[in-house]
Amino acid sequence: MRIIPVGLRALLVEVTEPAHTAALVAQLHGWRDRGELVGVEEVVPGELTVLVDGLDDPAELAGRLAGWQPGAARPPDGPLVEVPVRYDGADLAEVARLWDVAEEEVGRIHGAPEYRVAFCGFAPGFGYLTGLPERYHLPRRAVPRTRVPAGSVALAGGYAGIYPRDSPGGWQLLGSTDLVLFDPDRDPVALLTPGTRVRFRNVDANLDAENVDVRDVDRRDADVRDVGRRDADRQDVDVRDVDRRDVAG
Amino acid sequence: MTGERCVEVLRSGVLSTVQDLGRPGHAHLGVPRSGALDLPAHRLANRLVGNPPGAATIETTVTGVSVRLGRAGTVAVTGAWAPVTVDGRPASWSAPVSVPAGARVDVATARRGLRSYLAFSGGIAVPAVLGSRSTDLLSGLGPAPLAVGDRLPLGEVLGPPAPVDVAPTGTLAEEVTLRVLLGPRADWFTDDAVRILDRESYRVSTLSNRIGVRLEGPALPRRIGGELRSEGVVLGAVQVPAAGTPVIFLADHPTMGGYPVIGVLHPADLPLVAQAAPGKPIRFQVVEPRPLRSQVLSPGS
Repeated sequence: MRIIPVGLRALLVEVTEPAHTAALVAQLHGWRDRGELVGVEEVVPGELTVLVDGLDDPAELAGRLAGWQPGAARPPDGPLVEVPVRYDGADLAEVARLWDVAEEEVGRIHGAPEYRVAFCGFAPGFGYLTGLPERYHLPRRAVPRTRVPAGSVALAGGYAGIYPRDSPGGWQLLGSTDLVLFDPDRDPVALLTPGTRVRFRNVDANLDAENVDVRDVDRRDADVRDVGRRDADRQDVDVRDVDRRDVAG
Repeated sequence: MTGERCVEVLRSGVLSTVQDLGRPGHAHLGVPRSGALDLPAHRLANRLVGNPPGAATIETTVTGVSVRLGRAGTVAVTGAWAPVTVDGRPASWSAPVSVPAGARVDVATARRGLRSYLAFSGGIAVPAVLGSRSTDLLSGLGPAPLAVGDRLPLGEVLGPPAPVDVAPTGTLAEEVTLRVLLGPRADWFTDDAVRILDRESYRVSTLSNRIGVRLEGPALPRRIGGELRSEGVVLGAVQVPAAGTPVIFLADHPTMGGYPVIGVLHPADLPLVAQAAPGKPIRFQVVEPRPLRSQVLSPGS
């Protein structure tokens, strides 16, 4: 673990395992709820980091974290959200080809694991879901789309995700859902918060879903292509993307 | 509309938005903090008209804004210096100004600085989204940028205007110097990069907005290539995208970033960036952050 100062009032805590971010967030929430993180405004998990912003005394927290062990605070299981999906995405055929499976198999493979929201970003309510076996990791599309419709169920790098609203995007589109992921007038505003567990349910599937043998699905090996982690990163950061919607100022 | 507790937009300028103190606390959901870019100017405008600091004001960009008040009230213009008129007659800048019902208030093009703040007694009372009335240009939360014909409701007047004629404000220098605290990813850059940042001059690019200020100037060479795993980013972060020239993140910045952040601005210098128009020369003064006594590398890291 490494603790790095960020400006005057924030710390970035680097962990060695993605799973440790959830444990660290749980620990930080515990301290915050007991009033022991004075001033804190944000606790933001990333892929291998947790950012704590708005601290009155970052050095004090750094001292406390120095003795922290990820094993000491197992994160509680978050709520389970079931996402109904129609596997009708524009990249279904391409994904089937990359995985070397029939198109009908894509939904079964995608729907087999229980996912977990590792972190959010890119847009309000956009969760980066982990849980897809590595052999099914996919690169982003070479050319991003200028418009991906809200509710698109997609994959890129090691992550699954759902676009909360129309936006540009480069992920592979498997299908669509009617679930409203983010609504500022609803409580909770976001369905997918860090730690939330997610299952996808194929709404077109027949009632013989119990016949789906997950082992059978997993045995099919798509070769592990370059999963393009770096491409997944591009998703949320590039101010150049942002500039396109912009106004001088 | 005369008699109604609202203001009508008569001229929107290139970009005028409703802003308050923003909506921090939702970054883990991907929601930017947003809020007024020049917070001291926003707070001052509110104080002059007798509002609490969290009341919503109009933030203009370069070319100002024109509105008509439905009811008599007090207004104040702060931030970028711009001529202010009420029904065509000159009025004070950075001072409480009494405006009769139905009068037109014009904030002209800024002569110094970039963003003016126009406060109304009672504050702009559009519905709040996640606790804030701010327009967030990255994620589209909050009211849309102002357009001609918009009617903005005003809240109840809570206090009297400030008993001052003109509030003192700082002056804006020709060249802006920004203190930048190194980290969290300064170690991804060469020693040369830190020297360049400290010594060279940059200019504000026209491709700047409420999300970030893009700079033109020398690139900052990287020591560590490759890609950074997505991590949380703070207001004032100086991020260095692939091209190598830095971008300063402002209030509507994305919550996560995948390019390394070489340093973070001193928060007291953020208003200087908010007022730096395209073409403005920018210098950085590199500051080593205070070491954390307890910086620890645990086994296995």
